[in-house]
Amino acid sequence: MNVHGVKAIYRFEMARWGRTLWQSLVTPVITTSLYFLVFGSAIGSRMSDMAGIPFGSFIVPGLILLSVLTQALMNASFGIFFPKFTGTIYEILSAPLSPIETVTAYVGAAASKAVILALVTLATATLFVDVWVAHPLLMLLFLIAISVGFCLLGFAIGIWARNFEQLQVIPLLVVTPLTFLGGVFYSVNAIGEPWRTVTLLNPILYLVAGYRWTFFGVSDVPLWASVAVMAAAILLPLAAIVWVFRTGYRLKS
Amino acid sequence: MSEAVIRIEQLRKAYANGVEALKGVDLDIRRGEILALLGPNGAGKTTLINIVCGIVTATGGQVLVDGKNWLEHFRDARTRIGLVPQELTTDAFESVWSTVSFSRGLFGKPRNDQKIEEILKRLTLWDKRKSEMRELSGGMKRRVMIAKALSHEPDILFLDEPTAGVDVELRRDMWDLVRKLRADGTTIILTTHYIEEAEEMADRVGVIRKGELVALGDKKALMAQMGQRTLKVTLDEPVGEVPTGLSEWNLELDEEGHTLCYRFDSHAEHNGIPQLMRKLDELQIGYRDLATHQSSLEDIFVSLVHEERAA
Repeated sequence: MNVHGVKAIYRFEMARWGRTLWQSLVTPVITTSLYFLVFGSAIGSRMSDMAGIPFGSFIVPGLILLSVLTQALMNASFGIFFPKFTGTIYEILSAPLSPIETVTAYVGAAASKAVILALVTLATATLFVDVWVAHPLLMLLFLIAISVGFCLLGFAIGIWARNFEQLQVIPLLVVTPLTFLGGVFYSVNAIGEPWRTVTLLNPILYLVAGYRWTFFGVSDVPLWASVAVMAAAILLPLAAIVWVFRTGYRLKS
Repeated sequence: MSEAVIRIEQLRKAYANGVEALKGVDLDIRRGEILALLGPNGAGKTTLINIVCGIVTATGGQVLVDGKNWLEHFRDARTRIGLVPQELTTDAFESVWSTVSFSRGLFGKPRNDQKIEEILKRLTLWDKRKSEMRELSGGMKRRVMIAKALSHEPDILFLDEPTAGVDVELRRDMWDLVRKLRADGTTIILTTHYIEEAEEMADRVGVIRKGELVALGDKKALMAQMGQRTLKVTLDEPVGEVPTGLSEWNLELDEEGHTLCYRFDSHAEHNGIPQLMRKLDELQIGYRDLATHQSSLEDIFVSLVHEERAA
């Protein structure tokens, strides 16, 4: 096991984050805080409760996830795409690192950033709205699992992407809308058919609902379904990455 | 010296676009030698290096590093190998110090500031250690690439076109460095376009053409084996054209008619020189100097490439 190699990549990726802290931490926290401010403090009091939770509090877990999913994808995909783009990937490919070690380092760093971002956002949320966490340990566990899953997906996208546009397409055109429509702002039970059924087809709904459950102990969907989607969010991209390393797809010629 | 530290067996590579970059190359690289691989662009030199270093997947054949398959034992193999690629690819925002330290860690070595300092000083990069890569000139970046490759103390070093686009001074520095590394026991494989470089540095020379190793040998042996010699006759009086009586020697005029050049095969039983001398006397052509010289690797190289074009 090449521990020094994994550490080197991990540190490199964290240092890159440190250099762009405004873009990668401060900006998403401020953006999310605007939601807390507008939907929580400003108009939250005029909204009715959702599933028995004050509206301002209800939206916090979903908004944290919105920010985490987007940043996890962006960060993890950029982390592997950029060396491919500049050519410095030659060094990673020629290093005595197994695929598992390479993925652990890149995804571990990206997931660490996502978790830190989530916790900072949560801390910021408490400035604007009432938030409580019913299951703190599970909250952290779910957060880590979801971050790892989306960082793995981001890593796979980073290998797949041939240009910067492709790099942006999935986070911005797929994940952001799915998250917005995934019950961040409303309980799925509060909307009528057929939109309720359509919403239930959105996998991100299960992540948002499960994560919200760790805060308030209530969920729109069964907990096992949330856990199953989380497991799938980790296993599917992982399978894709294993295949990439086996075949060298878009990584090696 | 004769022990193969890297053995390349029937190495093949066909790219997805159908280009056959390597057509079954066999090559033994001896411990502690400097091997120069010569070849025109697209001959397969970089592909060969990239397969050994794990950047390109081979279609067939294998590489043995100290007798062990380089994929099954990739950790052993890669820990021992350093690579300086042809392209200057660097992380623009990293400092010299951090990028070189990063490489050391990446290749599994614990942090060792003293070692990094030693390498940076050796490559005259010490003053630039805090500079970001984007602030450096091309020559300086090249030095950093070498420092990165040396950071994990490899005993096999691949230099892919190390002096392409490098000024004369840096080229000389690099040659010195390569010699010092060899003196420390490092095996060095370099590809180059500069014949002068192979001639100056290498113990052995291989020529790659269209994915095949067409010549390989001790530099001197290769030159002797394939080399022609040229006899230069400096005349007392310049001539306008080659005198008619000398046509059977296929002479060429040089230096505005002051010199007659005769190419001959140094291994041929009858090289034609005594007859030529007698004929010059017969025709009463006076000369004041005679010189012969061995053709350079460049001549050999050009003739090999010409052979291929003719084929």
